[in-house]
Amino acid sequence: MSCTQTIIDYGLRSVGIGERLLPREGYDLCQQFTLIGSGLIWNLYFAVLALAMGFVLATVVALGKTSSSPWLRRPADAFIFLFRGSPLFIQFFIAYEALVLLPRAGVEVFGLTVQTSWLTKAWAGALIVLTLNTTAYTAQIFHGALMSVPRGDVEAADAYGMTGWTRFRRVIWPTMLRLAWPSYTNEAIFLFHATTLVYFSGFPAFQQRGDALYYASYFADRTFNPFVAYPIAAAYFVVATLLLIWLFGCVNRRLNRHLPGRGGRVRYRPLLVR
Amino acid sequence: MFSYCTDPSSLEGLVWLSCYLTSGTHLLFYASFGTVLILLAITAPVALLFGYGGAMAARSSIAPLRWFGKLYTSMVRGVPDIIFFLFVPIALDQGFEWLRHQALCDSSQPVWQGNDFVVCDAAKLPLNTSAAWVHDAYGIFLAVIAFSVVFGAFAANVLFGAMQAVPRAQLETAEAYGMTRRQVTRRVLVPQMWTYALPGLSNLWMILIKATPLLFLLGVEDVVYWARELGGAKTSAFSYPHPDWRLYYFLALLVFYLLMTWASERVLGRVTQRLSRGQATMGGDAQRKGAVA
Repeated sequence: MSCTQTIIDYGLRSVGIGERLLPREGYDLCQQFTLIGSGLIWNLYFAVLALAMGFVLATVVALGKTSSSPWLRRPADAFIFLFRGSPLFIQFFIAYEALVLLPRAGVEVFGLTVQTSWLTKAWAGALIVLTLNTTAYTAQIFHGALMSVPRGDVEAADAYGMTGWTRFRRVIWPTMLRLAWPSYTNEAIFLFHATTLVYFSGFPAFQQRGDALYYASYFADRTFNPFVAYPIAAAYFVVATLLLIWLFGCVNRRLNRHLPGRGGRVRYRPLLVR
Repeated sequence: MFSYCTDPSSLEGLVWLSCYLTSGTHLLFYASFGTVLILLAITAPVALLFGYGGAMAARSSIAPLRWFGKLYTSMVRGVPDIIFFLFVPIALDQGFEWLRHQALCDSSQPVWQGNDFVVCDAAKLPLNTSAAWVHDAYGIFLAVIAFSVVFGAFAANVLFGAMQAVPRAQLETAEAYGMTRRQVTRRVLVPQMWTYALPGLSNLWMILIKATPLLFLLGVEDVVYWARELGGAKTSAFSYPHPDWRLYYFLALLVFYLLMTWASERVLGRVTQRLSRGQATMGGDAQRKGAVA
């Protein structure tokens, strides 16, 4: 079987397009590269959506944490403590067990039957957990940045007559992002790497549609040879991580474009804040 | 455990619960919390040692050693740690068995035969005849190595950064006194770097605590394994039948980990305060100002 045929058969296997069965013989390099690469689609799906939704939610939670009202501050603090203080692995298990307990037939809300079975699928359930998890970590980062917004910036905004939403959108929020961006880059990388946990944590891979590491461990189990499949998965992740760093570097340059002499190339240093 | 527990089916309410929670398998479950703590206690110093070695190698003046150190410190940046957790134990196991195969067996036979990894019985690790606890201990040993390699790489990152952060002037002063490179490292660099390394290392400790449930992936009978085993629905064939209680078991684990991270945060906060005493850093300055006022 030629490599092109393998790519046609297995290139989109992780989303259910192509061959129904996973390869059962051969296990050549082409098969491994194709299938593990197709699994990477899920890693990117989880990372992109969780980061996008987490970004919005984290801004809200960070603002809640800075609020002077205990009715907003306490829940924000509790949320951050809960998700930052416990392992993601345990969060996945709890979410799965809790979602399985929902009634199969759906929940009656105001006479409408809301389906719940889709929540136990990885694409939805794991995405919710990853989103909440990254929200907590990001909110902590954003809160730290909000606290370090220079007072002068806020006073300048006041002098221009900006208040409330305008002041937040045009002065505080951009400054907060600029300050938080290096740490946020770090968090994004951690989250991207954490997406490999999804299919090892209770959420079943429906019809063997899994992520890169799921297929890598499939090959490693079948061939009893970890020295091929895992390095392939690792190589994919190195490339994807470099892309992610580059992308965040572009955003960083844009955020800092008004500052003279700064905001050049950011040297990525893992801050290990997680 | 208690004398009234001989016939569980006749018990009810709290008495039933007290018997249920002290059954033999539950005692194993409680012991597995010890496994987690042991793993933490062994891994943390070993990882710190690996990290120190990695950071020193990355600063070495010998090029191949430096390359190795740089590669080691940067490997965790791009590759998910879970890949290492899956890879390292199998790779080590096969490595050991291959070495023993070369030494103990007819080494003309290849180890790789098709899609199988074949060594003779004498080379198996642990031996087929070994007791069950040897198999368990070997599994934990491989897990500890895997954790140490990964967290050693993280620690190497932190320590390398901390060594770079020690003010250059201090090292030059030491050199001006005529100290050798080794003496500078031992007398100035290493004592000075800890205050810079501590924020990174305390984060690392938190990450390590939160990585311990991954022991389950390495096939160790840890807290997650027992939570799944005990929580699963039990039919009346068991002495203590109950529906699916896995959610409650995992909530107990959640509380355990929240307590662990909460306590660690408090202790590490104290240590940070203690170490920044008298240092030329923001933390040290703040303490001096507080003392004057």
